Amino acid sequence: MEPKQSPKGLTRRELLSRATAASATFVVGSGFLAATDAAWAAELNALQPETFATLVQMARDIYPHDQIGDEFYVIAVKGYDTAEAAPGIEVGIAALNAAAQGKGHTSYLGTGWERDRVDILRGMEDGAFFQQIRGGLVTGLYNQKAVWPLFGYEGASFELGGYIERGFNDINWL
Amino acid sequence: MTAPFDLTDDSVVVIIGTGAGGGVLANELAQKGVSVVALEAGGRYLPEDYVNDEWESFGQLAWVDARTTSGDWRVAKDFSGLPAWIVKAVGGTTTHWAGASLRFQPHEWKAKTTYGDVQGANLLDWPIDADEMDPWYTLAEDKLGVTRTGDRPGLPGSNNYLVFEKGAKALGYEEVHTGRMAINSDENRDRTMCQQTGFCFQGCKWGAKWSAAYTDIPEGEATGNLEVRDHAHVARILHDDTGKVTGVEYFDKEGTLQTQMARVVCVAGNSFESPRILLNSASEMYPDGMANSSGQVGRNYMRHMTGSVYAVFDKPVKMWRGTTMAGIIQDESKHDPERGFVGGYELETLSLGLPFMAAFLDPGAWGREFTSALDAYENMAGMWIVGEDMPQETNRVTINHDVKDQWGLPVVNVHFDDHPNDIAMRNHAYQQGQAVYDAVGATRTFPTPPYPSTHNLGTNRMSEDPRDGVVNKWGQTHDIANLFVSDGSQFTTGASENPTLTIVALAIRQADHLASEMAKGTI
Repeated sequence: MEPKQSPKGLTRRELLSRATAASATFVVGSGFLAATDAAWAAELNALQPETFATLVQMARDIYPHDQIGDEFYVIAVKGYDTAEAAPGIEVGIAALNAAAQGKGHTSYLGTGWERDRVDILRGMEDGAFFQQIRGGLVTGLYNQKAVWPLFGYEGASFELGGYIERGFNDINWL
Repeated sequence: MTAPFDLTDDSVVVIIGTGAGGGVLANELAQKGVSVVALEAGGRYLPEDYVNDEWESFGQLAWVDARTTSGDWRVAKDFSGLPAWIVKAVGGTTTHWAGASLRFQPHEWKAKTTYGDVQGANLLDWPIDADEMDPWYTLAEDKLGVTRTGDRPGLPGSNNYLVFEKGAKALGYEEVHTGRMAINSDENRDRTMCQQTGFCFQGCKWGAKWSAAYTDIPEGEATGNLEVRDHAHVARILHDDTGKVTGVEYFDKEGTLQTQMARVVCVAGNSFESPRILLNSASEMYPDGMANSSGQVGRNYMRHMTGSVYAVFDKPVKMWRGTTMAGIIQDESKHDPERGFVGGYELETLSLGLPFMAAFLDPGAWGREFTSALDAYENMAGMWIVGEDMPQETNRVTINHDVKDQWGLPVVNVHFDDHPNDIAMRNHAYQQGQAVYDAVGATRTFPTPPYPSTHNLGTNRMSEDPRDGVVNKWGQTHDIANLFVSDGSQFTTGASENPTLTIVALAIRQADHLASEMAKGTI
């Protein structure tokens, strides 16, 4: 069960405030997440803010991890905010919203329950747009080094001398 | 001292590929005083170049040139342009391999005799057997420094192994240990001892794992008899009016087409590139491709029956710590048709980092069923299944003339359908693998589908009768006396063991034969 969201879903302001709060402990490569609210819109190069917020929600619904902040999803899809990619994304998100409206919701972001949003996504999962977003997330989300510790994954160990003296066989519950 | 040979020098042996087959053959021949030019499509990377990062390393080492796929295997859907996960670099896939070094069991050299007629399978006995291979296996084990052979101790067990071992013992399995691995287990060898770093698939930065890239290749070069040309992509093999091969054409670093003359050509480009080169070498005299009078070039492609089992526990495992393949259960590798299939399989621990787990645990899956599994990544243990798959004539590598690579050469299409025996064996293995983890208290288990193939076998198989295969017991093509195949593509059947040790043993044996025949003047 998850808390009901506002009818408008995740707003740009909400997204930004959560991202900014989290960024205190999160090193962001670009200035994107540290930007002020006004700068946020300016930071979007090609996509409409509402489109981008919908894309971020879609990314979270495809690979939902409740312990992971929005900033990781934002980074995972920020690559679509280019003049080249944006038209296709606008079309895809418009279709997503149309599908939501076809099921009686105001929009995808206005669909309060995750199960209802997943139901909308299931209806388009074989389509090129969904597969483009899902496929991109596999590396876009899970290959962010900053996300690894949130799963307990330690990444490279050679520089630390491997695990031969650092717990390669430290299991204690067998 | 690296030997530079002239393009017009027709006294050299040209070897195409520098992996477990070609790299070893090149060194072995060079040690015997034979002049060798080895052509390698990839670049040269050494331990200091390897990267402890799965995707970055994949970008550095993997063979990602265009290929196409067809058939009912799930790889054709999930990874349609990437049928194999193999390496394009000096040393080939010995950079990437996990190090498991197992001998074939005696009966596995005689699959047709042992298993009888299996409908739909194109089984054949190898023209060699365990007794003949025994001394070559010993030489291969010594070269690779295989643990639990000779006086070499086994590696210590990692967390992933300890979970696996406890489950295996609870099920009553007896042949359970940390494997026979080409990874140094003590300080007294010419390579560093394993530091339990993980990332074995990304190239061992300690050089603890055997790889031709930093052992056989430099050893061969040191003799002055071996020249390795990297970024040399072979287009086709040339022949004269008598049908004998005379050299090869290849694209060099600059993309310029060069011709290297040769006394002998040995093809060792893996089970996709080796038949591709033979088929792309079709000529007026050889309209169906070189060495293909049997029509068997490209056929009988095998990839081992594989799959994985991952499991989640209520406490941490941290499976990524330590050697990637850290242990084995061998009890199921026997031939016991009572289980509902012929041949057998090995269970071997395996770990993937988070990025690859996300890509391979259940390709294409999404939503909470999938992400809740990754949420438990730290508490996950894993194993890989490797079993004997059935050779089928229709599982084959063909030339896809509609798709060209960066040199304008038509690429291969890889067609694979699972045989019913493969499916029955995989289901049995999933069940046993899941039972292993359930016995240790797994809260959830995952029967994970096969990854892009790492064990690519057959396609130029060895046969007694020239009508049944492409090469004879020495890897010499039935059709052309000075053309050899030196990689896993010469496998008649796949057995249940990881293939590298057998490829190396065959290469050492082939070098001995070839040098001796050349000295006698018969080739």
